[in-house]
Amino acid sequence: MKPSPKSEANRTGPLLRVASLSKHHVQQRTFSRTEFAVSAFQDVDLELFSGKTLALVGESGAGKSSLARCLALLERPDSGKIEMEGENLLALNRKALFGIRRRVQMIFQEPVSAMNPRLTACEIIAEPLAIQREGTRLQQRERALELMEQVGLEANWERRLPFEFSGGQRQRLAIARALALKPSVLILDEALSNLDASNQALILELLAELQISHSLAYLHIWHDLRLVSQFADEVAVMYQGRIVERKKTHDLFASPEHSYTKELLATVHSVESILLERSA
Amino acid sequence: MPQCIRWNRSCWSGLHKKGPMKYFARRFFHATLLLLAVSIFSFTILQLTPGDFFAPMGLNPQISSRTIAGLRSQSGLDRPLPVRYGHWLRDVLKGDLGRSFAYNSAATPLLAVRARNTLLLTGTAMLLAWLIAIPLGMWSAVHRGKWGDRAAGVMTSGLLAVPDLVLFLVLLLLAVRTGWFPTGGMVSAWFSDLNAWNKVKDVAEHLFLPALGLAIATLPTMLRHVRSAMIEVLEAPFIQAARAHGIAERRVLFRYALPVAANPLISLFGFSVGTLLSASLLVEVILSWPGIGPLLVDAIMAKDVYVVIGTVMLSSLFLVAGNLFADVLLFATDPRIRVE
Repeated sequence: MKPSPKSEANRTGPLLRVASLSKHHVQQRTFSRTEFAVSAFQDVDLELFSGKTLALVGESGAGKSSLARCLALLERPDSGKIEMEGENLLALNRKALFGIRRRVQMIFQEPVSAMNPRLTACEIIAEPLAIQREGTRLQQRERALELMEQVGLEANWERRLPFEFSGGQRQRLAIARALALKPSVLILDEALSNLDASNQALILELLAELQISHSLAYLHIWHDLRLVSQFADEVAVMYQGRIVERKKTHDLFASPEHSYTKELLATVHSVESILLERSA
Repeated sequence: MPQCIRWNRSCWSGLHKKGPMKYFARRFFHATLLLLAVSIFSFTILQLTPGDFFAPMGLNPQISSRTIAGLRSQSGLDRPLPVRYGHWLRDVLKGDLGRSFAYNSAATPLLAVRARNTLLLTGTAMLLAWLIAIPLGMWSAVHRGKWGDRAAGVMTSGLLAVPDLVLFLVLLLLAVRTGWFPTGGMVSAWFSDLNAWNKVKDVAEHLFLPALGLAIATLPTMLRHVRSAMIEVLEAPFIQAARAHGIAERRVLFRYALPVAANPLISLFGFSVGTLLSASLLVEVILSWPGIGPLLVDAIMAKDVYVVIGTVMLSSLFLVAGNLFADVLLFATDPRIRVE
């Protein structure tokens, strides 16, 4: 029996497809009423696949975070499409979006400011479940404890407040919260940049494990190109609001085309050569 | 409900290391020291100013200097300052604030009645101001930059720019011209003939104008605090995270933003409780409310020292107690402070 074309597409096609997405912010000059548009990003095309990591690199102000916020359905882009398994999310109304939100979760750069300072660890992890009205309180708590264990937090820390955790533990807490609704896409907005090297490695390892066990698609906004080369399947380079290059990681590092990509890679090489010289 | 699992967390469970009692005992000790310092300071300052309550009598040729000296020794004003201070302190611990020379009576009951009147006025005004400031400030924060928020901003700036004196005089003018409200005092002349309900009504009518004036005078500061505290929290990533989960806006406002924005507001609330006895001086004098303000002004003019010191001490006590109250509130509402 032949599988229907749609389910076939689901299995091999992209989980999330972004097509010619554009967004601008309206700004106002101080002391005047004139408004002007600042483009955040234009004509962005991306595809995310289950179990794969797409790294998004680029300088500050290139529009990476804006794009991430649009994909997390926090902001509405001006034009273009965001398709989840063929369904255009931008055509949905508020109510329909409410259900879709569980499938895309975001992890913020500073975990501590991304958590309600008044809630305990357990309440924070259960928060998405509570908002989405999933299960009874008791079930929510059980799920939260289960998730704490999954991300390597001890269950008897459930009553701790966010500020009582170390940086690495907080990021684990954020990951646990993001996983609570069993999403299929995880957007990490420079989620590792506030951590020291050993914690970065530990969290990356955890993320890699979770990616396999939950077949998650990652969109990882990232600065550290050496880690990108090891952990990403595909890299998109963003420059002045546009994606200037998108390739498999190996291809990009082997043969960068755009001048900005070359510049970016050159900085990594120069840092490495300095380190080599030092150690020699 | 994000407030799930609340049941297994008692209010004080986050506590370890130093208990709260130790902290509050220390605060209490500091407060006592502060009050002592204030009393010594007031005694010294009043002593340093020229003349005393009986000095103006020397201008009257019919009163002999012997009589004045006699009155002075009778009142104890001729004794050295440390001795007088010691006596005063001993009496205060027994609840006696000394004598009022001007009223020729004990100062404590006099001050008690006036303080009660002032608290009625300031308490009403403060309640009114907070009841307006919190919803309006929240509304402004949510509709930031829109015309409603701008209008509120212009209004608060305007009110901040108008001196309180002018505001109260305008209110007084309004009351006199329209005759809608009584313009002075706390009760009508026929107060004692009224039944209980009409007595309450009479006081409320007299209260309206000064309370409104005081509320309008304190409103702008509160409104701005509420607005800026809310704006700061509404921009926090944890609010966005909750929004990304699809949280309802009303819930964001009341369950997420307001509790987290409350800390600076609680401090401000403590401060406003602290100023309950001292904030209303101007309005009391202008709209002749029989509170502690006019009493203090008269007492200073007449050098009725124990009344002045008693008023100052009561005000200081309120300030200290207000701040302590705010700390207790913060302690009770914010788990972070509890654990630290």
